[in-house]
Amino acid sequence: MLSDEDRKLLKLIEEDCRLTHEDLSIETGLTPEYIAQRISHWEKEKIIVDYRPLINWDRAGDEKVSALIEVRVLPQRGYGFDKIAKRIQKFDEIKSLFLMSGGYDLSLLIEGKTMQDVALFVAEKLAPLEHVQSTATHFVLRRYKQDGVALMGEDEILQRLVVSP
Amino acid sequence: MNRYLAAHVVSLPPSGIRKFFDLVATMKDVISLGVGEPDFVTPWTVCESGIYSLEQGQTMYTSNAGLFELREELSYHLKKTLDLSYDPNEEILITAGASEAVDLVMRAVLEPGDVVLVPDPSYVSYAPCAILAGATVQFVPTHAKEEFRLRVEDLEQAYSPKAKLLVLSYPNNPTGAIMRREDLLPIADFVEKHDLLVLADDIYSDLTFEGTHVSFASLPGMHDRTLFVSGFSKSYAMTGWRIGYVAGHADLISGLTKIHQFTMLCAPIMGQIASLEALRSASEAKQKMIDAYNRRRRIMVRGFRQMGLECFEPLGAFYVFPDITKTKLSSEEFAEALLKEENVAVVPGTAFGPSGEGHIRCSYAYSTDQLKEALKRITRFVESRLSKL
Repeated sequence: MLSDEDRKLLKLIEEDCRLTHEDLSIETGLTPEYIAQRISHWEKEKIIVDYRPLINWDRAGDEKVSALIEVRVLPQRGYGFDKIAKRIQKFDEIKSLFLMSGGYDLSLLIEGKTMQDVALFVAEKLAPLEHVQSTATHFVLRRYKQDGVALMGEDEILQRLVVSP
Repeated sequence: MNRYLAAHVVSLPPSGIRKFFDLVATMKDVISLGVGEPDFVTPWTVCESGIYSLEQGQTMYTSNAGLFELREELSYHLKKTLDLSYDPNEEILITAGASEAVDLVMRAVLEPGDVVLVPDPSYVSYAPCAILAGATVQFVPTHAKEEFRLRVEDLEQAYSPKAKLLVLSYPNNPTGAIMRREDLLPIADFVEKHDLLVLADDIYSDLTFEGTHVSFASLPGMHDRTLFVSGFSKSYAMTGWRIGYVAGHADLISGLTKIHQFTMLCAPIMGQIASLEALRSASEAKQKMIDAYNRRRRIMVRGFRQMGLECFEPLGAFYVFPDITKTKLSSEEFAEALLKEENVAVVPGTAFGPSGEGHIRCSYAYSTDQLKEALKRITRFVESRLSKL
């Protein structure tokens, strides 16, 4: 079980991984040594998996195409969905992969340069895989929010008074 | 046209904050630590319920006391969080912000000749409201060495037989001081001994960073002697919605309601509906904001201490109140020079009463990036002043 302190520390790192150990120490009141030890432990245990920025490629002017793909697969005896999922996740084009409840089994987020790229990937690599029964491709038209961050720019908010009681 | 203004209005001194606000307004690109309100936007679920209420055509007056559902939820909430028992039928009044509640209390209980005991420094409205109600204000000094807690010895010294009302405002604006149970108990004895009434302004109670807030009204025998004032502005980032409340003995609330019904009629309905939603479903969003304030608080205290200034650790509200006497500047001189030289706005401690001299109020209701930049500039300013001594 995570302690309250550790949970707060992880959340803080999740919100801004650029904070140094010293910053984290000031903000939480925990010692830098404790923080360094916890972070190193979490990195080793793959609890902190990676540190990377969230880039708005649309705004950068670099066109990318993303699609959510619903995949129905036949589970395999002794492996369930894991074996086929592990196989599918090896493709670099696939950015996220989830096992879902409901009308289909696997949900994939895939990225390519063009719609053609994505369509070809589905037709040539994904659909022919053994145990894959069907796919449905939904192209992303616009990203409004990702990982809790609004990407469209918030409406301008009236400024607070500069000085108030 | 001043001749038309009532003499007591003309003689009322303008707010020290206002004076400084006018000065800041003439400057450009100012980093301000002068704001007494959250930097967060009201949690969306709360905004959404306000919007929905408009769509549903809920645009009418409510009862004078406020929506019963809100009073009922508040009664439950106060019991659960502060162990306070108030009957939603006759012991809670919803007001247009806690400010209206403060004004109502003063007007309902004070008469010319009465004395109000006000801790110094404290929020800027208590003394003017008391004066407008015809009473006289006796400031009770609090001290940095006591972490700005109100001490019964100082109260006894300030006491006169005409004293009728004591204002308690903890966590405190501007000092960030809190009062623990052991600090409040002797005050309760003092109140009992002198048969006083207490206006407990607990607006910052959710912003208590160590231990839990103890409300004066929850102390033995103090329920009926206390008018408990609070609101949604600070806890839920809802300053502009203007919803506060006052709770107390039914006889007192009935007196306050008389004034409220003729002057305000009722608090805005949209804000009341949104506040109900805040109580029901915004506790997680509230906690997130509180955690953020707590982190910023540590950044500020450390920043000022690293400059070599005395800064007692504020355990409530969202202000630090460092001691700037080392620079040999008065509070006003410090704030003005800092503004002119480094474009950083802070509020002179004297805006909150004479005991604020030697201190500045810095709000940390800002992003950590802004706070760090402000601290950098203040450090530069303090270093340059100290090197000239």
